[in-house]
Amino acid sequence: MTETRTIHVNALARVEGEGALHLRVKNGAVVDLRLEIYEPPRFFEALVRGRRASELPDLLSRICGICPVAYQMSAVHAIEAAWQVEVHPRVRALRRLFYAGEWIESHLLHMTFLNAPDFLHLDDGIQIARLHRAEVERALRLRKLGNRILILLGGRSVNPVGVKIGGFHRIPTRAELADLGDELRRARGEAEALLHWFGTLPVPSRPQDIELVALRHPLEYGICEGRIVSSKGVDVAAPDWDTAFEEAQVPHSTALHARLRRDGGRYLVGPLARVTLNADRLSPRAGAARTRLAPRFAAPDPASSVFARGIEVLQAVDESIAVIEGFEPFTPWPDPAPRAGVGHGATEAPRGILYTSVETDADGLVRNIRIVPPTSQNQAQIEADLRALAPAILTLSNDDARRLCEAAIRDYDPCISCATHFLTLTIERRDSCASA
Amino acid sequence: MSGAKPKLAVFKFASCDGCQLQLLNREEELLPLAERVEFAHFLEASSRVTDGPWDVVLIEGSVTTAHDAERIRAIRAQARFLVTIGACATSGGIQALRNVADVESWKRQVYPHPEWIETLATSTPISDHVHVDAEIQGCPVNGEQVLRVLSRLLLGATPDLPLASVCIECKRRDATCVLVSRGIPCMGPVTRAGCGAICPALGRDCYGCFGPAADAHPASLVRHFEASGLTRADALRRLRHINGWRGEFRTLAETLEKAGD
Repeated sequence: MTETRTIHVNALARVEGEGALHLRVKNGAVVDLRLEIYEPPRFFEALVRGRRASELPDLLSRICGICPVAYQMSAVHAIEAAWQVEVHPRVRALRRLFYAGEWIESHLLHMTFLNAPDFLHLDDGIQIARLHRAEVERALRLRKLGNRILILLGGRSVNPVGVKIGGFHRIPTRAELADLGDELRRARGEAEALLHWFGTLPVPSRPQDIELVALRHPLEYGICEGRIVSSKGVDVAAPDWDTAFEEAQVPHSTALHARLRRDGGRYLVGPLARVTLNADRLSPRAGAARTRLAPRFAAPDPASSVFARGIEVLQAVDESIAVIEGFEPFTPWPDPAPRAGVGHGATEAPRGILYTSVETDADGLVRNIRIVPPTSQNQAQIEADLRALAPAILTLSNDDARRLCEAAIRDYDPCISCATHFLTLTIERRDSCASA
Repeated sequence: MSGAKPKLAVFKFASCDGCQLQLLNREEELLPLAERVEFAHFLEASSRVTDGPWDVVLIEGSVTTAHDAERIRAIRAQARFLVTIGACATSGGIQALRNVADVESWKRQVYPHPEWIETLATSTPISDHVHVDAEIQGCPVNGEQVLRVLSRLLLGATPDLPLASVCIECKRRDATCVLVSRGIPCMGPVTRAGCGAICPALGRDCYGCFGPAADAHPASLVRHFEASGLTRADALRRLRHINGWRGEFRTLAETLEKAGD
């Protein structure tokens, strides 16, 4: 007997940005699967042409309200490379602190409000708060601390305004940082307790063969600098991004997917990739947490991403404390002079590597820019993961199947607003979930 | 509304999610707020969705597709109060820079298959499409302002939003004026208050992300910029920014462009 089922989720909830899922299963096999991105295109790569490169931190932060720092950081690194600006080690350190703030803020939003409801079969973080008030309040306190870092260095947490080419507009005082350091030291135990709580939740498991890709730095946990490496042999510097990866249009989703140039294969960026490839670069506390959770990382498992995020919250707290303890005040130096050139930047957004290349003319005007956000890199892997769920889906009601697929998508923390060049798609978007 | 909690809905159009996030960023107020209002449609935060009508609808994002132009009308029909949050919904946002550009060529610049792109030639504010009860400016909005407007609407009071410019906030926090002391072309004098003067406080220029102030007169400010050496092209970049399609910023940019150098 032939059985065909169509699962359609009109609007994915608890993800950033707007997307839909279309899945068609026939005789136990997936015949059609589309993670549809209907976020209207905003043409960032076009609208910044002819603008001053110095405006890019303010313009590109608007790509994503959840990870604006990532867009600012990849862009300033690309411009600094193009203009051959030597970045002072003290600026580097403050950038790590700034980025750590974004990781804390973004990871806790995802863990508590977007991901955790799936483990508890609830609709949202507010429902969780009714049952586990102390845990949600702890997560909110930690998240606020991440936002405090962003506010100190950037004035506000969404679209912060402190970053400029070569450094920051204002360098914090020793007293401001000392205050923050005290809070961060207190937060260590809280971050550990929160991760422990997640360990008690029924988090599912879906180990699979995935090529993991992350920045790898000789000494540090890769955030702003390092080579782009994979679990299966990729090892390139940011300017050589194109030698290892390519962007291609896929007919069924009409979205630009990034894939491996080597074999057209899919890969995964993000916390799971980082925690796996850079386990030996974690702080002692974060490393110990990872050791306790070792079985969750024995094979790449997207469902373990929540633990990777929790470990990275610990890492980000420790990184921040280290930067603050080593801080020496300094005055910002003059803005670097523009020059004609091309530069590349790859930094680790909360969701994974964000690659940006910028070309400017001698006056510092943007001639060309290319942005490859993490979600466009993960999209092929997300779809492969969903395809593998087909046998399980067949045994479930449509509602349960939809919930299972949505939860699987959420494990990747997709940031659809970030889709600088995802395409619009309207096919069957208005259909409701149907079984035929 | 006696008895049942007022229903709050949040809808997203072309935007970055940042204004919705400003609500979630009110860490201390979030859980108490959830006790006072029902999040009836807030996809970023919850998978539970309740049909309209809703008491207050917050709209993030601008209208850039034909489908969204229809969608906002359907939402308005179900909304007792409709409030726009942020520069996109209120002014068209940064993506409204397309309104003075050739969108067809933009499509070709960004996409290998431009013919697959379904988009309007313009990015327009919600008020171009439906009646709006209150507009909260800012990129992103100030979350405290959003909560204030919510409270006042639900209490039957008129929303009170700042009318003055960023200069007032600068003075209030005792920040040094970057325009006067360092000659930096700061948009603060013509930009609506609400951010807390965060840019001048960091020693840099305001770039107008809260949109024009109520009594903004950017022409005299731009005259001052140009007298201090700013080129016409850079003056236009100051105006054609995140709120370039709103009010005085838009009309002055059009005038200056027509006048040439």
